[in-house]
Amino acid sequence: MPAPEIVEALRVRFGAEPAPLGVSLPAASLLAAMRALRDTYGYRSYVTATALERDGRFEVAHAVRDVEMNDTLFVRVRVQRDGAEIDSLAFVYAGAEWHEREILDLFGIAFRGHPDPRRILLPDEYVGHPLRKDFAIETPWGYRP
Amino acid sequence: MAEDLPVVGQPRPPAGTALEEIAEEVVRFPGGGVALLRADALFHWAQKSSLWPLTFGLACCAIEMMATFAGRFDLDRFGVILRPTPRQADVMIIAGTVTIKMAPRIRTLYDQMAHPKWVISMGSCANSGDHYRNVYSVVPGVDHVIPVDVYVAGCPPTPEALMEGIFALQRQIMEGDRARA
Amino acid sequence: MSASAVRVVEREFGELALNMGPQHPSTHGVLRIVLHLSGETVVRAVPSIGYLHRGVEKLAEHLAYDQLAPVFERDDYLAPTANSHAFVLAAEALGKIEAPRRGRWIRALVAEWQRIASHLVWLGTLGLDLGGALGGGTTLYMYCFREREKILDLMESLTGTRFHTNVNMIGGARYDLDAETAARSSALAAEIEAALPSLAALSGGTPIFRERTRGVGVIPKDLAMGIGVTGPTLRGSGIRFDVRRAAPYDAYDELPFEIPIRAAGDAEARFQVRMDEIVQSLGIVRRIVEGLPAGPIFSRKPLKNPKATKLPAGEAYVAVESPRGELGFHIVSDGGAKPYRLKISAPSFRNLQVVPHLLPGGLVADVVAILGSLDPVMGDVDR
Repeated sequence: MPAPEIVEALRVRFGAEPAPLGVSLPAASLLAAMRALRDTYGYRSYVTATALERDGRFEVAHAVRDVEMNDTLFVRVRVQRDGAEIDSLAFVYAGAEWHEREILDLFGIAFRGHPDPRRILLPDEYVGHPLRKDFAIETPWGYRP
Repeated sequence: MAEDLPVVGQPRPPAGTALEEIAEEVVRFPGGGVALLRADALFHWAQKSSLWPLTFGLACCAIEMMATFAGRFDLDRFGVILRPTPRQADVMIIAGTVTIKMAPRIRTLYDQMAHPKWVISMGSCANSGDHYRNVYSVVPGVDHVIPVDVYVAGCPPTPEALMEGIFALQRQIMEGDRARA
Repeated sequence: MSASAVRVVEREFGELALNMGPQHPSTHGVLRIVLHLSGETVVRAVPSIGYLHRGVEKLAEHLAYDQLAPVFERDDYLAPTANSHAFVLAAEALGKIEAPRRGRWIRALVAEWQRIASHLVWLGTLGLDLGGALGGGTTLYMYCFREREKILDLMESLTGTRFHTNVNMIGGARYDLDAETAARSSALAAEIEAALPSLAALSGGTPIFRERTRGVGVIPKDLAMGIGVTGPTLRGSGIRFDVRRAAPYDAYDELPFEIPIRAAGDAEARFQVRMDEIVQSLGIVRRIVEGLPAGPIFSRKPLKNPKATKLPAGEAYVAVESPRGELGFHIVSDGGAKPYRLKISAPSFRNLQVVPHLLPGGLVADVVAILGSLDPVMGDVDR
């Protein structure tokens, strides 16, 4: 967990609340908060991005790290399920690009401002988003060799 | 040389490597010799003794395949040399899971190989999809994509098992339909 | 014809898009890169992944916790126990389960042996890439695999199989180390240490290898941090971060070892970091065998019904240092017997993102050197 003054600053400036493994933010302040984390608070290293579907809503958590202070912070935002759209961090942290593509591939969450919003792990023609809870794992894809 | 019993676990190369074993009649005279044999026996003997596989590993089985081609299990002594392009390969060893994104490429590679060509399906993922067979992005077995001649079981198959699979393919080539599995 | 009458014509041929397809001897698995070339220089590189996407994260939501460790071993298939190690640690963190000391030390022992085995495969395939499969590179490949076979024999005598060893369990280790295997482990460490100088001479000691890796694929610090590269790729760019020191797990907080760092950031630096890591791992392996504590290796009651193990609700993110870098498991549990959501943070996925930044400006010949120095494993990238 980050130093208490950083948590307090995030709460005051961006409306952050404590969440598992880090903080949670309103979706509107994600971009500004991540820029501040990178430039002001020293979290310059990107780790990963996780998405999950919980209680009918999507949560996307970006993990960033301050290598000198050895702290990993998970910043999560919640959006509604249908028509979900979140700001892309691809121009803040270069490493977010592929992680966001993976989330849009497997969950169908759109990222506003992403430079290359294509599927990454599944074929481009694939229909459906497998990691959603209503997607059965055995869904056959009409495969023709 | 006395008939050696195979070491347990050590696969035994198939019979039919010496000329006397495949020819109808062999006459040796000073300075040379004459062998009388059927054409397909000669061609099959040549094909099975120089099976050139395509370097094509998909997943973990590829590492065991690489270990089989390396020094300890050495497939080079059986005439097996890896070729990087399908145009120069005889056999394709599918080593690993076949996914829906990869399947059309496997079909293209198979079509690019020239006849006669064979396919060895190595490992449970290529045989049947293994524990991934119900997953949305996995083709449950490479025989949905290309015809397979030999299935080698294991996850991953040990190098000895892969060698036994190659020997089974050699028996198949030599003896045709009457080959014992 | 006099020299002044010679006409020099310059032709622009434009860009050639060359497909370095999913089947290629040097792409370390099913990686596809579309190279846009102007002559011999790469102008743009567009990697394409997903040819080995097996849906392991979705599969994890359908299997019980105790069933899952062997499934993850197939992800990063050069160091399989690293995946199950990270999963087991994350599950233990979630369930507040403490594995006994001996079990933790045995897990660390297998992890370090697999690190050495993975680096030997990396070095061998780097030889194949840079030296040619029918040329001198095969020599390095054969020698590296000869050493690796000895390690796999040790794994076989300890666990029964060569590399998907299945030694990690939630709550400890599955196989115990007896005196004979411990002695074999120490003897093998000495043997491999003796073989290392010849491997180094065959690779880094040759002028062609140095020419092809020095100054090639330089990752500056800012790019490394922004992209989030990890493992030897990160330490080759001068950033001191190793999960075994940053967030110690199992035996690593009690074992002294050094973290090799190089500042140059090029392929040669990453090569030297990995070679030093082999030496460090051999030292760790010796110390583990010497100081192995006595006691049980598994702390939970015998599993009557492995499918019934429930972990309390919550979230946990635990990472291990796999040979490729930080391999992290983020498990979200709702209190049931199966994970609600399981996310794998794969080091090769993070490292591969640097490819579109590194390849442009270099030659086609540098592509294989850079890919080899990044050491990606496609099972880890695609999961």
